[in-house]
Amino acid sequence: MLLAAAILVLLSACHKKDDPVTPSNNNNNNNNNGNDSTSDGPGTVNLSFVNKVGNQQMILGTTAYVNAHGDSFSINHYKYYISNIKLTTDSGKVFTEPNSYHLISEESDSTKSLLIVNVPKGNYTSVSFMIGVDSMANVSGAQSGYLDPIYGMYWGWSTGYIMAKLEGRSPQSPVANNVLSFHIAGYKGPNSVQRTVTLPLSDLAKVTSSKTPVITLISDAAKWFGPQTIIDFGFSPMVMEEGAAASAIADNYASMFSVQSVHNP
Amino acid sequence: MHIFTSINRKTVRNISLLLAAGGLFTAGCKKDPQITDNGKVTDETPVVFQIPQGWPTPFYQFDNNKLSNAGFELGRKLFFDPRLSRDNSISCGSCHQPFAAFAQLDHPVSHGVNNLLGTRNSPALFNLNWHTSFFWDGGVNHIEAQPINPIQNPVEMDETLTGIIAKLNADANYRTQFKNTFGDETINSQRIFKAICQFMGMLVSDNSKYDRYLRGEAGGAMTTQELSGLQVFRTNCASCHKEPLFSDFSYRNNGLPKTNVNDSGRAHVTHDVADLYKFKVPSLRNLKYTSPYMHDGRFDVLDSVLAHYDHGIQQSPTLDPAVQNGIHLSAQERADLLTFLNTLNDETFVKDPRFQEPK
Repeated sequence: MLLAAAILVLLSACHKKDDPVTPSNNNNNNNNNGNDSTSDGPGTVNLSFVNKVGNQQMILGTTAYVNAHGDSFSINHYKYYISNIKLTTDSGKVFTEPNSYHLISEESDSTKSLLIVNVPKGNYTSVSFMIGVDSMANVSGAQSGYLDPIYGMYWGWSTGYIMAKLEGRSPQSPVANNVLSFHIAGYKGPNSVQRTVTLPLSDLAKVTSSKTPVITLISDAAKWFGPQTIIDFGFSPMVMEEGAAASAIADNYASMFSVQSVHNP
Repeated sequence: MHIFTSINRKTVRNISLLLAAGGLFTAGCKKDPQITDNGKVTDETPVVFQIPQGWPTPFYQFDNNKLSNAGFELGRKLFFDPRLSRDNSISCGSCHQPFAAFAQLDHPVSHGVNNLLGTRNSPALFNLNWHTSFFWDGGVNHIEAQPINPIQNPVEMDETLTGIIAKLNADANYRTQFKNTFGDETINSQRIFKAICQFMGMLVSDNSKYDRYLRGEAGGAMTTQELSGLQVFRTNCASCHKEPLFSDFSYRNNGLPKTNVNDSGRAHVTHDVADLYKFKVPSLRNLKYTSPYMHDGRFDVLDSVLAHYDHGIQQSPTLDPAVQNGIHLSAQERADLLTFLNTLNDETFVKDPRFQEPK
């Protein structure tokens, strides 16, 4: 019966609102007769992330920053999931990256540059993604790749992914060793911390089979702590459970991404 | 039940796999697998998961985890391997013993690495594919998400995934077994958990006297007293301990007096005060092998359990309505009930050579 229900759901969902873009096989519009017959083929987008704190570069360790409340703090760990990446062209066609789960970690430069492949040729005007991972990934058992629990972004005791994690220190923190620890998780109900971000690009990102545009996004970690809800480290040095406090921080950081640049080679 | 919040290609792929895999189960061979002396399932006898006649559809049917002899044997080996603990002393099987229906005999709570004590009774492991959530508080929503908990818990196995993978990678036998199961020698947490679940998911207990009675098989003829006990059971216990699994797998407060542990139960996971002191309704199968009873193992014998329901219920805001006024049985009814509960013990399960510790 579960199978029948699943099939029904599948069939009813086949018609998507967005018009999916498939790689173009159409050579009729090719102006270069006899030349490269794959020039209409798909290409790659390089989506890169720069983590900052306000206007300052993010440097893990002892570098001191100040939050919206005026509390001084430093950062030891900063990691977040980006998933369900979509790119939209200037004619409204949407490309959705399949199996789209990425873990960006400040400690690991290689994670900050995503290569999104098989992107249909076109001029892209916006990018959207989820901060965190979708509900399906949270209920489907053992996962691999960036969803492997080995990355420490996973709750065993209450199954689900930590969507974003920030750990550090603040002299204002009343807990042992002045620790700050924010593990933002929870995918169910009103306190779900999943947040979708849509960013219009400052310039068109032009994808061809031979040219890979670089879209650079900034993630401003200072936005975790305000201004929508001002976080006072003296009272709230830690959030380690799902609930209203986690959701408030997710509301804060939902606006932490911006486009730094679009580079077309 | 998987929650379909968005339909995407991954879902299409998963459903396609389910449809393909479904062919295995419906076409599975009916004869019993041949079993060699050490219990190893041979290549000639496919491991097949069969839904017992008349039982509801299980929640887990090895979707995206194709059941195979190699996978089952790898899972069994991992289950009984103490290398999954930090100091190589504790395996899953240390606290989940086959002869105790995979609970831990005579232990109210279990002790892990460095003799550290936990706070909850080791649950018996059988018929897990019908559970929709795991642990006494239901914090885990999928069987494949279960093993990471005892592995990482400092009072249980106190190990890391990185540590385990390093140990397994250093063992050529394991590398071969992973290759035979998954196609190549890569060892990652997903494969470890899926292999363990091929073993755990095959732990089906459906051959008690009661089962044979329902199937009209030899050895299933119930005595008059057992049948009286079945009526006592259906009148007083069946609303929570539903047949044929003998649990509805819901979370309830059955009135156990608080101890100094003050275990908040399911509220620990849901943060909902309405869930305070609620624990999963355990199955009543195999009680002969799984003493002591309750989430903290506070009752050694079933007489104590029945005495609790008779006059030990503690009132509280979350007390389950089913036990609001206690359960009062006459001496005869108690005797009949205990005789009936004895028919739920499945000796073939606890002695099944396939499920024993590999030599």
